[in-house]
Amino acid sequence: MDRHRNKATILSILCMGLGQLYNRQFIKGLILLIFEVFSVTYLINNLPRALWGIVTLGEHPRTLVKGKWMDGDHSIFIMVTSLITILFLLIFIGVYILNVKDARKIGRDRELGKQVNNFRQSVRYVLDYKFALAFLSIPATGILFFTVMPIIFMVMLSFTNYSAPNHIPPAKLVGWVGFDTFKSLLVLKTWSHTFYGVLTWTIIWAVLSTVTTYFGGMLVALLINQKGIRYKGLWRTILILPYAIPQIISLLVMRMMFNGQFGAINQYLGYFGLGGLPWLTDEYWAKVTLIVVNMWVGIPVSMLLIMGVLTTIPRDMYEAAEVDGATGFQKFKIVTLPMILFTTAPTLIMQFAGNINNFNMIYLLTGGDPVKGDYQYAGATDLLVTWLYKLTLNQNKYNMASAIGIIIFLIVASFSIYNYRRTKSFKEEDMIQ
Amino acid sequence: MSGHKIKNNLRLGVSYITLVLLAIAAIYPALWIIMGSVRPGKSLYSKTLFPESITFSHYKELFHSQTVLFGQWYMNTLKVATFSTILGVLLILLTSYAVSRFRFRGRQTALSVVLVLGMFPGFMSMIAIFLLLKEINLLDTHTAIILVYASGAPLGGTLIAKGFFDTIPRSLDEAARIDGASNFAIFSRIILPLSRPILTYLALLQFVGPWADFIFARLVLRSKDKWTIAVGMWDMVNSNQNSNFTLFAAGAVLIAVPITILFMFLQRLLVDGLTSGASKG
Repeated sequence: MDRHRNKATILSILCMGLGQLYNRQFIKGLILLIFEVFSVTYLINNLPRALWGIVTLGEHPRTLVKGKWMDGDHSIFIMVTSLITILFLLIFIGVYILNVKDARKIGRDRELGKQVNNFRQSVRYVLDYKFALAFLSIPATGILFFTVMPIIFMVMLSFTNYSAPNHIPPAKLVGWVGFDTFKSLLVLKTWSHTFYGVLTWTIIWAVLSTVTTYFGGMLVALLINQKGIRYKGLWRTILILPYAIPQIISLLVMRMMFNGQFGAINQYLGYFGLGGLPWLTDEYWAKVTLIVVNMWVGIPVSMLLIMGVLTTIPRDMYEAAEVDGATGFQKFKIVTLPMILFTTAPTLIMQFAGNINNFNMIYLLTGGDPVKGDYQYAGATDLLVTWLYKLTLNQNKYNMASAIGIIIFLIVASFSIYNYRRTKSFKEEDMIQ
Repeated sequence: MSGHKIKNNLRLGVSYITLVLLAIAAIYPALWIIMGSVRPGKSLYSKTLFPESITFSHYKELFHSQTVLFGQWYMNTLKVATFSTILGVLLILLTSYAVSRFRFRGRQTALSVVLVLGMFPGFMSMIAIFLLLKEINLLDTHTAIILVYASGAPLGGTLIAKGFFDTIPRSLDEAARIDGASNFAIFSRIILPLSRPILTYLALLQFVGPWADFIFARLVLRSKDKWTIAVGMWDMVNSNQNSNFTLFAAGAVLIAVPITILFMFLQRLLVDGLTSGASKG
């Protein structure tokens, strides 16, 4: 009785599409067959080299033969191409499993005497019942190759010795070193001193910049929203300007304004008979400048957000408070502040996470300077993420940079996952909406 | 009674003064750069904010210079921004429609994965993407950065758009389904028209990205005539920061003005976008 089922299964295991052909689904079978032919040719040509490559990362360095440099293995190319091949293998295996499952299911349908879908009906079926998965496969492919693959690559890099000056292809080979990179980053004095220094400043920066912009924005929003203030829309439009200007422009302009020699700020201080300050060149003042400029950029966003929340607070809450004889400040403390905090808490956490990675701010304004002598390739205002950038693009210490990237990721991801869980619970509680 | 009034006026007076000061702080840098762009000479330094004479020669120079291909960069950026917006927003909509309306195995996991992947620092993946693009011969092409910008879009926008789609009542879909509408029809006839605010918001964010990205674009686009505007401006600042400030200022004004106007017109939407991402995520 179960002839069709087993025959279709075995045939489709032998070769993709055979089961479908047996089930008289010719177009589907042919498509799968063609896919199989292409994939198998590709895999036969590439897979052995990919497996060899991922294990050894290349065996022949560049050598001098008769006075000429003969190109050897380029470890990093080998790594990426191997990775792509292996990803493709995984996709292939996935499709193969689906193919076997499909053949078995149709075979069973045939045993039960059901009509087999023709090609048009199959397409219709997918669009009606498997719509989400069919649709998601397009963005998922993009994400797989442009996001997931690079991340795997980066994780792999942190376990190699890919760094200047001794292990840069094509001249030299790169090899696996296990956890050595993490060990030297966290324990070895030269690196760990920089790491903990930069990490401390990153956290201080993230806390200060989030708190200042959030409460600054709240103050401004409350200021505009006061009873009796006229032209509220106009004030809002003016104050949102810093947010609207592209950051690359506004921050570069700020860098020029705060320039110690020619900048406008010191010039004006001079008019009041005050001496100029080393805004961007002194360690302490550079940090102050960063926080201030960040307030300039960030307050408008918080202001917009909080003004939006203010309009959603029900009037009767205030009226109830008034009946109970609350003063203006008490109304703020009991009604406004909790409502704002409650609604914007997720955004606040995301802003904090975003500030840990606030690359533009640091890179465009100070570039991480002023330089600190006892740091490894980092300056006093460098965040982990700008340090990573310098290590990658200026110093070619890729393995160290990858290790730092993973650490940043762990910090930021734990915040955002925690946050995401919270928002979901918010939604389920339905307290505000 | 009058004491109360005086107190009230005092409060308003202080508030207005604060607001004026804040407004000056907000506008000043913009004013400074605009004034810089019409000032004769090349220097960053000027005695007064308003120049004694006004010249538009820097704007002309931008378009006639041999070293600064401003017009070319502008068009490049426009092209990249337009295509990556269309493609990126389409991908965001597909993803978020699927996760908002359909219940399938692995849906929650997919959402968490999207969220977590969006948190990865992009710089390390740049190297891998660079090698990947090299592998498929797309280096130094606009196709490459359009692809990368667009495929990154779902990571940033999906949760926001999903939050918005969740607020569109499902009874609308069901009614249409009973009338025999396919999933495509429901998406294009019901969901899309109702989600214009979020669509505009996402498109705006996606459109602005290429104007500001000087890091990735600089890595991929090697020849000067392919650069986007941000790469060009960055190069301008780094190669001759103080020697030709006024030229930079003119370029900055030309980039900032359209984007700023876009944002100003759409500020209502920004609030909607920000809050829908916040409270409904």
